[in-house]
Amino acid sequence: MSENILEMQSITKTFPGVKALVDVSLSVERGEIHAICGENGAGKSTLMKVLSGIYPHGSYEGSIIFEGQELNLKNIRDSEHLGIVIIHQELALSPYLSIAENIFLNNEIKSKGLIDWNKTNLEAQKLMAKVGLEEDPNTPVNRIGVGKQQLVEIAKAVSKKVKLLILDEPTAALNDADSEHLLDLLRQFKSQGITCIIISHKLNEIASIADKTTIIRDGHVIETLQMHGVALDQERIIKGMVGREMNNRYPSHESKIGAEVFRIENWKVHHPDDISRVVVDNANLHVNAGEIVGLAGIMGAGRTELARSVFGHSWGARISGQVFVNGKLANVKNVRAAIDSGIAYSTEDRKRFGLNLIDDIKRNISLASLEKFVKRGLVSDNEEYRVASQYRDSMNIKAPSPNSIVGKLSGGNQQKVVLSQWINVNPEILILDEPTRGIDVGAKYEIYTIIQELAAKGKAILVISSELPELIGICDRIYAIAEGVITGEVAKKDFSPELLMQYMTKAKEESNV
Amino acid sequence: MSKVKELFGNDGKIRQRLDGVDLRQNAIFIALVVLVAYFAITTPNHASITPDNWSNLVVQNGYILVLAIGMVMIIIAGHIDLSVGSVACFIGAVAGILAVRPLEQDGWDWLPALPWWAAILGAIIVGGIVGMWQGFWVAYIGIPAFIVTLAGMLLFRGLALMTLQNTNIGPFPDNYRAIGNGFVDKENTLGVSLGIEDYNAAALIVTALGVLALLWQSVAMRRGRIKYKQSVEPRTWFFVKNAILAVMVGYVGIQLSRANGIPWTLVLLTFLVVVYTMIMKKTTFGRHIYAIGGNLHAAVLSGINVRRVNFWLFVNMGALAALSGVLISARMNSAVPKAGDGFELDAISSVFIGGAAVQGGVGTVTGSIVGGMIQGVLGNGMNLNSVGIDFQMTIKGLVLLLAVAFDVWSKRRTK
Repeated sequence: MSENILEMQSITKTFPGVKALVDVSLSVERGEIHAICGENGAGKSTLMKVLSGIYPHGSYEGSIIFEGQELNLKNIRDSEHLGIVIIHQELALSPYLSIAENIFLNNEIKSKGLIDWNKTNLEAQKLMAKVGLEEDPNTPVNRIGVGKQQLVEIAKAVSKKVKLLILDEPTAALNDADSEHLLDLLRQFKSQGITCIIISHKLNEIASIADKTTIIRDGHVIETLQMHGVALDQERIIKGMVGREMNNRYPSHESKIGAEVFRIENWKVHHPDDISRVVVDNANLHVNAGEIVGLAGIMGAGRTELARSVFGHSWGARISGQVFVNGKLANVKNVRAAIDSGIAYSTEDRKRFGLNLIDDIKRNISLASLEKFVKRGLVSDNEEYRVASQYRDSMNIKAPSPNSIVGKLSGGNQQKVVLSQWINVNPEILILDEPTRGIDVGAKYEIYTIIQELAAKGKAILVISSELPELIGICDRIYAIAEGVITGEVAKKDFSPELLMQYMTKAKEESNV
Repeated sequence: MSKVKELFGNDGKIRQRLDGVDLRQNAIFIALVVLVAYFAITTPNHASITPDNWSNLVVQNGYILVLAIGMVMIIIAGHIDLSVGSVACFIGAVAGILAVRPLEQDGWDWLPALPWWAAILGAIIVGGIVGMWQGFWVAYIGIPAFIVTLAGMLLFRGLALMTLQNTNIGPFPDNYRAIGNGFVDKENTLGVSLGIEDYNAAALIVTALGVLALLWQSVAMRRGRIKYKQSVEPRTWFFVKNAILAVMVGYVGIQLSRANGIPWTLVLLTFLVVVYTMIMKKTTFGRHIYAIGGNLHAAVLSGINVRRVNFWLFVNMGALAALSGVLISARMNSAVPKAGDGFELDAISSVFIGGAAVQGGVGTVTGSIVGGMIQGVLGNGMNLNSVGIDFQMTIKGLVLLLAVAFDVWSKRRTK
């Protein structure tokens, strides 16, 4: 039983100027679920790229032994041939092709040189049943949710006779129900003898599913833990990842709550592609000065839609209702007007909606408040540099210079650039949509500290998050939203995950009563 | 040659901006120098570096370079404009009617011939209206620029033919012709009065002022960066680089002064390069263009009025295409139905050889000018070497392909 399917021995991978992996060894037993965790930039993804042949044999030192044989991979096709399949965080599906077409992409079932569609669909259905995906195999994948798309990827892996499945942050974009389904599926695979390596930031998830956890920090393996009880392990993992004790994952703070700054009344938003669908229904909420308010809801509950429709009607159709900032009716007809009214919104998807990744830190920070940098009609880049330097110091953005390209920064540092951009606008109300998504524990703590400092300066803050512990950890008050309806408002003294989850999963009929 | 100085003057900044582009920007500039040197050696009697040929290079490529300035802005924003050649032709015809008032043109005889400057101004305004038309469809209706300007390519060629009614319009007044063909103080009256007949005195003075302005700008920029504690190039490299530039600009200026002096086209181009470099680097409009090309969604959520920016981009392109049309008609001394045929492709090539990215978000005015010069020098040198048109086209195609391939390669390398 305790045969090792995979042995990575003394892997060292060097990029110009950086040692990404130093003498990393990893043993994975057949049929186990092996978690790998570490802060962003610790070397997890590099290790997986070495394993899957994206970095070919010879571009690193050390050896990989898979099923008793030393590997000599030239590319990802070699590794897939052996049954090593990697599923990346960003899914690699073709949006307009059907589920079946995606599953068999580059692996088509042919007879006499032509694709046999009947057989393709039949086989696809079998695979879909294996992963618990109930859809018509002819459905284009852009019509199904992220959770189901993830399952398509896994079905694709299964079709390739996978022996070792590598999942990079598989649940980062999934809601709790989809995550749970995915974890169940992995347990099921385990019983069938498929080995899994899972990279994740979600420690409770790792605690619940992994047999072993390997912690990587700065390109070194810190330790490999056999998993026991839940709480103890989490603390130990965090400690290993950040190299310090983190008894308190949320900075403590004392809010000084002032007068009301932000209020939404009777806010109603329809879906732009399907006018009949009401995505946000009659929402009312308010945020006071110095207060951090949470907006909890599962994905698709209308959280982001609410925020973006308020932020200059940047999402949605047939929007009605009123927004007040400091008691005055605010014009939010377009993004510029919303910003001028004192509203700022930092997006949940910083790479797609937040940053110009090919440009530098200073220009990203200045973009939403460019007029502040204009002197005699011209933008002063020296001034931009000076301001960006200040943010780099105060926000602890780890980059060689304000002239560094944003696309080369880690997720946490990118998030700090986004926050700097909006702080520089000097808004009254700052809406933060998933401010810590996909960033590591250390950077999360820093982001929480920044949020609290902003509140201490009297800003009103609305935080949208999928992670309940996070909201409970930093907020003064939490609204829950379900199916576009605000189903509950919970004061700090009553915070409990169970209560919030109740509100978040409330069906529409109940809440309307 | 102001485009040269502009490129290098900004080089330090480009290095700071985009790690990958630095190598690239230097590389195309070096490629241009190598190309000039190659033809200087290979052409019969070193014909490519005679004073007259330097002069020709400028006036023969001026109209493409004007188009390239507008085109790079469009491409940075993530669009394309296929109609500029047709628009230039159409505007040439309009300018012809305004400036010449051809008698045969029934229905236009109510219009008196305007003074040359009013005709040019009128032509540019009509160009702006053409740009409004295209900008409207791209920005407010949301039709991809490729389609809108592909339609425009046919549409404005058609309008040009209608306007010209199958004839040529010309000749143009002398002052009008001067911007395509004329020189600053061609008779060298200043030089004669100073007793230097062999060198055009105005050209020498302008060159000296140009070199001084270039050096002053470099020093001022370096000082500003030091004051703000930004990193700067090593002092020796800074001196060497600026010295080389000053010598090169000075050399070209002296060569021009031995011919007919500084072409008005060069004066116009220098002005445009300086102004548009400022617009792209130093104004909110320019910065919004880069932001839109870099990440459209992020630009929208940063409060940029993307529609308005796109609209004015096309208006600007229309006006520059009009100016190009004026230069063409001035140089040819007549507005003809085939004018500007295929110029959109030369302009687009210039932009991509000059380092712009197909996905948008990357590119510079000066880079595009150098890209255009590479094509110009290549064509001119091959002509002097009596290379056939078949060969010329093949080589130009390969140059475009290899330039972009090098771009892709150098980007991958820096990853």
